[in-house]
Amino acid sequence: MRWLWIDCIIEHEPEQRLVAIKNVSLAEEHLHDYVIDGTPVMPFSLMIEGMAQTAGILVGSTSRFREKVILAKISKATLDCDVTAGDTIRYEATIERIDKAGASTHGTINRRVAGGDAWERIGKVELLFSHIDNNLAGLEFPEHNFVFSDNFKMILETAGLSHLVETTQENRDATINNC
Amino acid sequence: MSRDDIFEKIQEVLDDALGVDEDEVTPEASLTADLGAESIDFLDIVFRLEKTFDFKISQGELFPENLTENEEWVNDGKLTDEGLSMLKGRMTHVDFNAFSESDRNISTIGDLITVNSLVNFVEIKLAS
Repeated sequence: MRWLWIDCIIEHEPEQRLVAIKNVSLAEEHLHDYVIDGTPVMPFSLMIEGMAQTAGILVGSTSRFREKVILAKISKATLDCDVTAGDTIRYEATIERIDKAGASTHGTINRRVAGGDAWERIGKVELLFSHIDNNLAGLEFPEHNFVFSDNFKMILETAGLSHLVETTQENRDATINNC
Repeated sequence: MSRDDIFEKIQEVLDDALGVDEDEVTPEASLTADLGAESIDFLDIVFRLEKTFDFKISQGELFPENLTENEEWVNDGKLTDEGLSMLKGRMTHVDFNAFSESDRNISTIGDLITVNSLVNFVEIKLAS
């Protein structure tokens, strides 16, 4: 998870639900590449990535991040209106199904416009995640969890959720090797 | 639940999971060869079947998995007699007749999973 598309986690119900926030800023370069009728717009693909990170953390936290969780499929994604600079996005992800092979999640995208107080639902995203060590038998992956890197740990620490990360010997070794 | 009711619900499941039109979902249609399902779609279909019919499906129960890990089941890319016998016993919802008479190439075994075999599977699960 090299590029973070969420700013912070604001709610977490273990093994059920996770809510994250993204503040959209004109300082972000991608907005300048997506200008529609003079308005810089947050690309929907990056909102799907934001939802994938929100739901991915929720799924990963169920195994204390021992499993390597990767986005395998965007089952459905709809967006009713655009998001622009100054707006805030709220990603709410819930687990629908989870087992050793993977997980399916349902997510809603909400928007609070600049200067406003109310949230409005503007989109839905259904995702499928794979636990690759269990689901891609025969392929070899590194022992350490390369999916959940230091960036995401910072998000968890900021939200007071660092206790969810189990520090395995493999991850400690990988951290040392990366220094 | 009647077999027709099961078939209609499976049409909806495959419509959602694979983005195919319901009229493409015929009983004889193969999930991979005709409907374009890829390996990760099988996990999606399993989750949707569990939700739709309210039962639990174990890994490897619906689709053949990890066959190549056992040398007794697969030899030189072909399913052995032991492998075929094991699958017939474990996956009674699948028709292996034509496959057993072919060259038994393991790469084509996914094609055996048809819409009809899904209906068989659900019917057996609901009856058990």
